[in-house]
Amino acid sequence: MRCLKCREAAVVEVRRHRAAYCAGHFLEFFEGQVHRAITTQRMFGPAERILVAVSGGKDSLALWDVLLRRGDDAAGLHVDLGIGDYSRSSRAKTEEFARTRGARLLVVDLRAEYGTGIEAIASASGRQPCSACGLVKRYLFNRTARRAGFTAVATGHNLDDEAAVLLGNLLHWSMEQLARQAPVLEQTHPHLVRRVKPLYRTSERESAAYALLRNIDYVIEECPHSRGARSLVHKEVLNSLEAARAGTKQAFYWGFLDRLAPALQAGGAVLLRPCGWCDEPTTGEVCAFCRMMARAGARPGAEVPSTP
Amino acid sequence: MKVRLHNPRRDLEVRGGRRVLEVLTEMGMNPESYLVIRGGALLTADAVVGDDDEIEIRPVISGGAAGGAPCAA
Repeated sequence: MRCLKCREAAVVEVRRHRAAYCAGHFLEFFEGQVHRAITTQRMFGPAERILVAVSGGKDSLALWDVLLRRGDDAAGLHVDLGIGDYSRSSRAKTEEFARTRGARLLVVDLRAEYGTGIEAIASASGRQPCSACGLVKRYLFNRTARRAGFTAVATGHNLDDEAAVLLGNLLHWSMEQLARQAPVLEQTHPHLVRRVKPLYRTSERESAAYALLRNIDYVIEECPHSRGARSLVHKEVLNSLEAARAGTKQAFYWGFLDRLAPALQAGGAVLLRPCGWCDEPTTGEVCAFCRMMARAGARPGAEVPSTP
Repeated sequence: MKVRLHNPRRDLEVRGGRRVLEVLTEMGMNPESYLVIRGGALLTADAVVGDDDEIEIRPVISGGAAGGAPCAA
């Protein structure tokens, strides 16, 4: 297989584009796709302060790497969930990346800040660990960004993540979630920071290839709680379709963005108001995070997380 | 040929002298879901691997929480 650009030996094939690239031209392709996502979707401007949600995995570290190379003012936020060796390794790799790049990293250690880890929180609140984890991360990304003066939160959601979520939402006709699925979630309330997904144009396999070619040391091992997770089943199904016909995932998700999302979003934004306990935006009196943490007996967190 | 796998981490002996795609297919692995690495370098599906090679088949799919940062992502 030869590089589409220079005809040297290729190292990565991008079947949905009927292309293959050498290392140098693949990096150029990947960075170009991220740049295109940011500009065409108007995710953020050059003067904005961006908070990147960094787990220590391939997607978020690849995203952070591209933003830093672009010269964006991008700090990282890592949530230490307290899941044994998995969390220790994730945090160590995130801190090492930040150190070698000279980038600013904020860390929220759940056990240190709230007195309890994600497993105990999930158990006490009757949620699945993945559900509790998603809620905690969404909450802490917004709260931290807002209080530390960031104008956008960037997450490493890629094409596979978005296509899998779309499939799940369609299978269960989750209309509210469908209406909210987009590469940019605008600020619909003064307390809600804009959320952007600059990797929505690139696949999970491409994130991994980018990280490997950039010598980024990321966590390969899966979270012990993700085994059998619904999202993984959906991804496997979509990859079977992709193997049979390249471009299926992109056509599925981008087609949704072009054809269905505008009609769903025309219904208007959900009305939000400040949580009575923590002031974060919510639809009810008390937000889901505060209710969950109260059931888990957690103590209130710090205003702004520390820099390690 | 020695093959390193992940989740859980383990090593297997597999016949070489054929293309990466054939190795993945025999092992029931979708090429969309893995990277194949030899000596730190990425291999495309049409690359031929030899009996004396050592390769790593690295999964690229991660999952779990929806809405927050993807797990291990």
